[in-house]
Amino acid sequence: MDGLQKPKPVWLLCISRPSFQKLMIEVLSLSKRYGSDLAVQDLSFTIPKGQILGFLGPNGAGKTTTMKMLTCFLPPTSGSAQINGLSILEHGLEIRQQIGYLPEQNPLYEDMNVFDYLHYTAQMRGVEKTVLRSRVIEYAGKCGLKEVLHKQIGTLSKGFKQRVGLAQALLHDPAVLILDEPTSGLDPNQKGEILDLIRHLGDEKTVILSTHILSEVEAICERALIISGGKLVADGSMAELKTAFSGGQRIRLGILNGTIEKVLPILGTFAGLTVQETDWQGDTLFLTLAYELEAEIRPELFRLAVDQEWILTELYREKVNLEDVFRQVTTL
Amino acid sequence: MIQKVSQSWLITRRELKAYFDGVTGYVVLGFFLLITGWFFGNSLFLNNIASVQQVFDMTPLLFMFFVPALTMGTFAEERRSGTLELLLTMPIHDWQVILAKLLTATVLCLIAISLTLLYVLIVSALGNMDAGATTAGYIGMALYGLLCSAIGIYASSLTRNQIVAYLLGFVIILALFLLDKSAPLLPAWLGNVVEYLGSDYHYNNLLRGVLDTRDLLYYTSLILLFGLLTAHNIGKRDA
Repeated sequence: MDGLQKPKPVWLLCISRPSFQKLMIEVLSLSKRYGSDLAVQDLSFTIPKGQILGFLGPNGAGKTTTMKMLTCFLPPTSGSAQINGLSILEHGLEIRQQIGYLPEQNPLYEDMNVFDYLHYTAQMRGVEKTVLRSRVIEYAGKCGLKEVLHKQIGTLSKGFKQRVGLAQALLHDPAVLILDEPTSGLDPNQKGEILDLIRHLGDEKTVILSTHILSEVEAICERALIISGGKLVADGSMAELKTAFSGGQRIRLGILNGTIEKVLPILGTFAGLTVQETDWQGDTLFLTLAYELEAEIRPELFRLAVDQEWILTELYREKVNLEDVFRQVTTL
Repeated sequence: MIQKVSQSWLITRRELKAYFDGVTGYVVLGFFLLITGWFFGNSLFLNNIASVQQVFDMTPLLFMFFVPALTMGTFAEERRSGTLELLLTMPIHDWQVILAKLLTATVLCLIAISLTLLYVLIVSALGNMDAGATTAGYIGMALYGLLCSAIGIYASSLTRNQIVAYLLGFVIILALFLLDKSAPLLPAWLGNVVEYLGSDYHYNNLLRGVLDTRDLLYYTSLILLFGLLTAHNIGKRDA
């Protein structure tokens, strides 16, 4: 396998992974072309067993297309992927057996009731006859569907529908779960519940979770993969991504008795320090500073303020969040 | 193989249940019974003819309106609602899905056709009935229904709009029906070919009580052809 892997660009971080972990998903220069549009270009990554991967990207970046290829719904234009050692090009049916898939928009047969629907999908996915009923009831319980088990799906709230979609993806106990925006359109409580459910699944299953809500990824994913324009632009654990893309540090400074004319030239004497933003809030001048290095600069800023008799109302180092990383890598 | 067909049957069962859980199934079948009943009643009471021939004669026209209504949703609706993606990411082949759709339509057609057995009962009670011709007529009806279903399903696989699917299905069935009607207007050599391609020509052959392999072959090959065309459309995945 190693021979096939292309050298990664320097900004692409290799995730630290113990070598004994089994690879569940291996994507090898996967591409998909729609007419003249390249939706996915030469995408390669691997996911070890049991990992929850956040699959991020702006709308139209190729997330859904990639997921559709992994679920063997769409054939790739070129490249391949292996899931649990099986190639998506040759073993479509076996792979589908091992995948639980929640498509974007969560399509359901709205005229069926929850029990019938889950029973049907379990049967279709080859769950054994003898355990069918108990399996449906077990997963309906796990997904919090007990009370609506005999209600028509069309009459359910969006949160319940989403749980039906998730239960449907879980029933046959797949090794891999592919969830395309599982929380879209849910209220914050429902989102929390669905995410909790997914987090618990991560203990035994490999999960790919696509979303554009970054806080979700920070909450439950061990690793994030960001694609933009069909290409992989970042890959790593949350911590790795943040340090790699923070590019030094950002300092927020508030000066009560400062003026731009006075403050800027003085700050300009610091090597590596640039003023990114200035704004006034009442009498206070706020500055956002970028410092190239990781080394602590706040003590020096404090001493400077004392020398200049500036009254500091704020002096703190901004935390880099995934959003900054996302914005940075997808607007390159 | 049996297992694969039984997976298709699971889909068919779900679809049939959907037809008969709601009113759609009953409305369409009731409508079918009403119209055939009207034709049968006309010949029985107005013309004093105790025969199901009228029903057989009307079948092509009736199916032209009736079958696309049954099949218009098969792929169009699943595509519109996105459930097609769900269905095609189940561990089944595309052809199993198409077979399931065809099975559903066939079962519905057979239910509709078997409703007309009521008229056969009436006729056999009133006078002597030509059992051979009636049997052949029913085989013809079933094959014609199956062909219309295959066409309707194909039409449904072309679009995500049920109305468009209905109209497309109707037009294709109508065109096949009219082919042999246009034969006399064409030069003889072309006329023969066109006549052979017409669906009504073969249907009428069957109605005459002759089970000819050519007619059976015509129906099976066309059903297969539309099945393959549907598979091609579904295989493109341009949902």
